[in-house]
Amino acid sequence: MARKLPSVDVLIIGFGWTGAIMAEQLTAEGLQVLALERGVWRDTSTDFAVTNAQDELRYRYRGELFEEPARGTLTFRNSPTQTALPMRRLGSFLPGTNVGGSGVHWNGQTWRFLPTDFLTKTHNEQRYGPLAADMTVQDWAITYEELEPYYDQFEYLCGISGKAGNLKGVKQEGGNPFEGARSRDYPNPPMEMVYAPALFREAAAGLGFHPFPAPSANMSRPYTNPLGIGLGPCTYCGFCEKFACGNYSKATAQTTILPVLMRRDNFTLRTESEVLRILKDRSGKRATGVEYIDTEGQVWEQPADLVILASYILNNAHLMLVSKIGQPYDPATGQGVVGKNYAYQITSSVDLFFDDKYFNNFVGAGALGMIIDDFNGDNFDHAGLGFIGGGYIAQWTTNGRPIETRPVPDGTPKWGAKWKKAMRDSYLRSTSVATHGAVMSHRQNYLDLDPTYKDVYGRPLLRMTFDFTDNEHKMSKYLTDKATAIAKAMKPREFKVNGRDGHYSIVPYQTTHNTGGTIMGANPRESVTNKFLQSWDVPNLFLLGSGAFPQNAGYNPTGTVGALAYHAAKAIREQYLRAPGPLVQA
Amino acid sequence: MSRKSISRRGFLTATLAAGSTAPLVLPALARQYQGSEPWTPDVAMAPERATPAPAKFFSPEERTFIEAAVDRLIPKDEWPSATEAGVAHFLDGQLAGAFGRAESWYMQGPWEKGEDSQGFQSRLAPAPLYRAAIKAIDDHCGEKYGGRKFADLSSSDQDDVLKGLEKGDVKLKGVDAKTFFTMLLQNTIEGFFSDPVHGGNKDMVGWKMIGFPGARYDYRPYISKHNQKLDIEPVSVAGVDSFGAGTPSK
Repeated sequence: MARKLPSVDVLIIGFGWTGAIMAEQLTAEGLQVLALERGVWRDTSTDFAVTNAQDELRYRYRGELFEEPARGTLTFRNSPTQTALPMRRLGSFLPGTNVGGSGVHWNGQTWRFLPTDFLTKTHNEQRYGPLAADMTVQDWAITYEELEPYYDQFEYLCGISGKAGNLKGVKQEGGNPFEGARSRDYPNPPMEMVYAPALFREAAAGLGFHPFPAPSANMSRPYTNPLGIGLGPCTYCGFCEKFACGNYSKATAQTTILPVLMRRDNFTLRTESEVLRILKDRSGKRATGVEYIDTEGQVWEQPADLVILASYILNNAHLMLVSKIGQPYDPATGQGVVGKNYAYQITSSVDLFFDDKYFNNFVGAGALGMIIDDFNGDNFDHAGLGFIGGGYIAQWTTNGRPIETRPVPDGTPKWGAKWKKAMRDSYLRSTSVATHGAVMSHRQNYLDLDPTYKDVYGRPLLRMTFDFTDNEHKMSKYLTDKATAIAKAMKPREFKVNGRDGHYSIVPYQTTHNTGGTIMGANPRESVTNKFLQSWDVPNLFLLGSGAFPQNAGYNPTGTVGALAYHAAKAIREQYLRAPGPLVQA
Repeated sequence: MSRKSISRRGFLTATLAAGSTAPLVLPALARQYQGSEPWTPDVAMAPERATPAPAKFFSPEERTFIEAAVDRLIPKDEWPSATEAGVAHFLDGQLAGAFGRAESWYMQGPWEKGEDSQGFQSRLAPAPLYRAAIKAIDDHCGEKYGGRKFADLSSSDQDDVLKGLEKGDVKLKGVDAKTFFTMLLQNTIEGFFSDPVHGGNKDMVGWKMIGFPGARYDYRPYISKHNQKLDIEPVSVAGVDSFGAGTPSK
């Protein structure tokens, strides 16, 4: 039987980026805040020390910072006609665990979505006519202009390095000319470029595109954030994504929030505590707290007045479904909302091989690169193209880690003497151009509970049904062709195109940019939360993270995830606490 | 309700709901952090080190197979072969440990083959998978090559067998050939290019061969050196050398 604990004002489920943001904001308001984290405490000096952090096998391939499927995973299939099978080991995406969550091992590519991204349905219908029949895209319940101050807040928390392209409506030379208006420039200047992005910039500009330095959560100089926490300059060690930064140079919960938050008396963190379900009162309209289990198998009831669901997007959807909050989505009827509009990202790349140029990709950083946004969102005319959406094209120099990053020319065998020689010839003298594309939501891409497989606690696993559709394939082909044109202009000896054809596979790593399933929207018939990420069904429950995205844009999600968390926190502080109840009338 | 009303209950004044008879105790095992940012000095989480100890997993016959196989995947040329670089030693340690037992993987049934897009669906963890596959491949070679084992075949026959496994043309008893080959190739590359602290990449030869400087953490002096060959000596997280020269590779 669950033992009952004293109640708290605010209970946060999951202590990653969004949990830390919300805890900082609500403790500042004087509330008693408790965060429950299923993983363990992690701090830079003990756990990510520079003496040990650069270990490719330990972290990338043995997954020390990632969720362990043994404890809980999901099942996967491409279509509702297949039997979903468990993701037995991680592959396509790498959710984090422990304090700091996936934010510990991100690259730091920190984007704002385009103003038109928030109006995916109405904008595209207006410009191009009716959308494909099974495309279930929706407008966000919030606009770029409403979210702008919170993007700014997150960027200044993190110390993002970049160059504005649009300050209060005035275009800025050298920045992204397509971006929405910013109220002020980035807190730090762009990172200094290594050779490959410099070559890309020259080639892309020569073709008439508009290259600009990537917005980066790797520090271009020492930075002290508004909470008074200092970060050090990035040393270009090339161990960002899939690794923790040992150098206090990448914005994470650990480097931007925790040193202040952990000292506040009204904040408590309880680790090794996994929430099993969210509890409701008899009306079903109020969350009373959660039930969680500790490492000894003891189950506890933790009551709270306000519950913040801040775990990874897939775990948020899972907890909603196992807690029976909201109507599960049914793809056959289109009814229901929980699990609806799961989306992802579609990526491709071109590898370039040179005889006479040295790139030394090990001198890299997670968000070091040059970008063009000419083919993202609706920055270009889609008339006659047969798809909506787009993505950015980039030269990222993130790493030269040799187990993972080892391109060899087309036609090289995967092993043996020829492979070994090609590896030797190519390692220092190759680079790549990448595309990073949107995924629109589709009637048959969704999340629900698996009928067969269970987690270690006996709960049904989450089931993911997902495949790329015609829209993604056409869009990715279009982007890949543009990327190839830039690659040719960089004048390599030869190049290899790595397109993304056929079915989505859960095996090769693509991105940890899962979105949707608990989407925001204008009303409870088509969404799980309102614009403040407040559950329509249970108003004292808020759901943070990329689950809110009604479809995915052509950018990395963390900037928008952070902005939405600050936007929700402000609404709780200034509206909800004064009058607890729905912030938007259904 | 006012903001005060949501804050009305502090920890000490909390009341138990009616009907609960459980004692008011804080969790014993879950750790609670309040009032400071804890860290543990002097114990920065060191990696588990491979040791030069004798074999932990492979039998002598299995070791013979593995050395022959990985030396076809990464053969000797002017640079060492996989076995010379410590890959068999690396695999032995990996398969004897958490990886070999698939400790972090979801290994509950029911089991189905599934589609390629659904990924690894073998009920065998890596250690038993290697063990079963090595026997099955030697059995296959015995039938096809007049009683000889894989390690006794010519290099070109060995390559033919490996290509058959890679394509799935060779059918093995009780083991999916492609699943095993994919894992063997990946683990061989891991052993050749991972930090020497894990037992392979002896003397950092894999890194020296391609020009990767290893676990260095500050390249700022090199950012502006565009299009130059840098020739930076590699380092390991274990220091310059992991466990000294003379590590037995057999």
